[in-house]
Amino acid sequence: MNLEELQRTMAAAVMQPLTPEEQMQPRDTTGRWHGRPMDEVVGQFIAPNSRLTAFERLEIYNRQYWFRLQTAFTEDFPALRAVVGPDRFESLMNAYLEAHPSRSFTLRNLGSKLSDWLSRNPQFAGRKSALALDVVRVEWACIEAFDNAEFPPLRVEEIAALGPNPQLALQPYIQLLALDYPADDLVLDRHRRQRRESSEAGARPEAAEEEDCTPLRLRKRPTWLAIHRADDSLYYKRLSQPEYRTLAALRAGQPLADALANAFATSRQGGTAQIRQVQQWFATWAQLGWLVHPQTQI
Amino acid sequence: MSANRFNAYQNHGVGIGLRIPHYEHIFAHKPAVDWFEIISENYMIDGGRPLRMLDRIMERYKVVQHGVSMYFGSAQAPDREHLRRLKSLLQRTKTPWLSDHLCWGSIDGTYSHDLLPLPYTWEAVEKTAARIREVQDFVEIPVAVENVSSYAEFVDSEMTEWEFLNEVVERADCGILLDVNNIYVSSVNHDFQPIDYVNAIPAERVAQIHIAGHTRYEKYILDTHDHPVIDPVWQLYARTIERCGPTPTLLEWDDRIPSFDEVWAEARKAEKFLVPAPSLADENSLAGAAR
Repeated sequence: MNLEELQRTMAAAVMQPLTPEEQMQPRDTTGRWHGRPMDEVVGQFIAPNSRLTAFERLEIYNRQYWFRLQTAFTEDFPALRAVVGPDRFESLMNAYLEAHPSRSFTLRNLGSKLSDWLSRNPQFAGRKSALALDVVRVEWACIEAFDNAEFPPLRVEEIAALGPNPQLALQPYIQLLALDYPADDLVLDRHRRQRRESSEAGARPEAAEEEDCTPLRLRKRPTWLAIHRADDSLYYKRLSQPEYRTLAALRAGQPLADALANAFATSRQGGTAQIRQVQQWFATWAQLGWLVHPQTQI
Repeated sequence: MSANRFNAYQNHGVGIGLRIPHYEHIFAHKPAVDWFEIISENYMIDGGRPLRMLDRIMERYKVVQHGVSMYFGSAQAPDREHLRRLKSLLQRTKTPWLSDHLCWGSIDGTYSHDLLPLPYTWEAVEKTAARIREVQDFVEIPVAVENVSSYAEFVDSEMTEWEFLNEVVERADCGILLDVNNIYVSSVNHDFQPIDYVNAIPAERVAQIHIAGHTRYEKYILDTHDHPVIDPVWQLYARTIERCGPTPTLLEWDDRIPSFDEVWAEARKAEKFLVPAPSLADENSLAGAAR
């Protein structure tokens, strides 16, 4: 076996899901080795020592792989865990991580496909799948808002200088969400209890003291939200539907006049009220530094 | 010996790993730490609080970058996005040298986020050395490779770990970040004498030393970085300093992180070993007994 094939083989064994008892599978469950006993498979490339079989030695890596990913995922989605409950969360997490192992050098991106995956696999969230999906979108948006780029904001006079119907861009850290539930309330509640840490060692930390997992009770209510940051802290700003639609259209690259026309298409507000509304938005956006030059690229 | 071309002729003294729970203490009390080591990947981002905190740290302290995802031993080409972000961070921190691990961890675009061991084969020597050279050329600063703790050995291995390390660093012409705790952990897990390892490394290539604690289980030791350094590891450290001279030294403490003062007090135990003393090592051992 050359180096590349050895690494491909070992990775497949290390990333194979654990048993419910968190041990290495006694037999291949992936089909890669046609269901053969894993001690035979592992024995082909790992040597035993006087205390551990080849199987037991590789099992250390197998367990560490899953513990590390599970720890990172759990830290990133505490509100999802609160919504679906610990048992269902574990099943959901393992199924997702099996479908979407990390494809990035950083665990920061581990949950990047969770929203899409859960929308295609709602059974993993049970009866609360719609709320769970909203919560996932908010929690992932928090990760993006936390460390996405920030560019020098446009001043009001700079916006005016762009002409009567300018294209404007939004700060990359701003995350716009249209939700069925006010899921930000639930996420905010959960994230207050959570602390981020980084580790090189990767051993599983002692299980945190089990918290009360009962989430806030939420009624369905259309909610438009911007998750952003100011002074390096995350903020959740509720938006009106027209404001959300305007910002979403600007992010999609529409010129300002088109974005506003689209936003007010179904509005019953009079023209004067709309103008006053837009002036207020721009004052707020300028104050928060949300608008940047359309040429700005990461 | 301590300041050499593999650490850009710096002698940083004793440092600790920069960890989030200690930010508040550092900013409030401005402790007299010689330097901080950062995990590069924690700061290879586009913006936000982590970079702002790093900038504040750099106003007062020297910072050295240490990576966990370069995977010098991976059989496939490096991740270009990783390299691009790494170089951008290097320009920000102006780290005098860059370290990462002698291991692999990704294949076909999927990442294990672990420091997986390499088979000690000539093929792995060639490929790993080539990759280190490639990275070193790209980053344009000295690179040091760290020996990892391991829990498994390969049936295909053709040499000892220290022979493998020596062959790689010689062919790559790079430095070594010698982790004496990792040597101890692997020596127990693989039944060798750790002092043989320390005596075999080319002392003139040691850019930096890591010390750390670990967790002992019934049949093996796990490199957990969640305990103080044990005496046998301090003894290996003493022998390393005897061979290499005073060398930039860093304590890693990553899990169950205690107070800043506790971590710093543990790190400062290294200071008593760093006082220059007449070398007890002869020329042969300095050159590396394994070669």
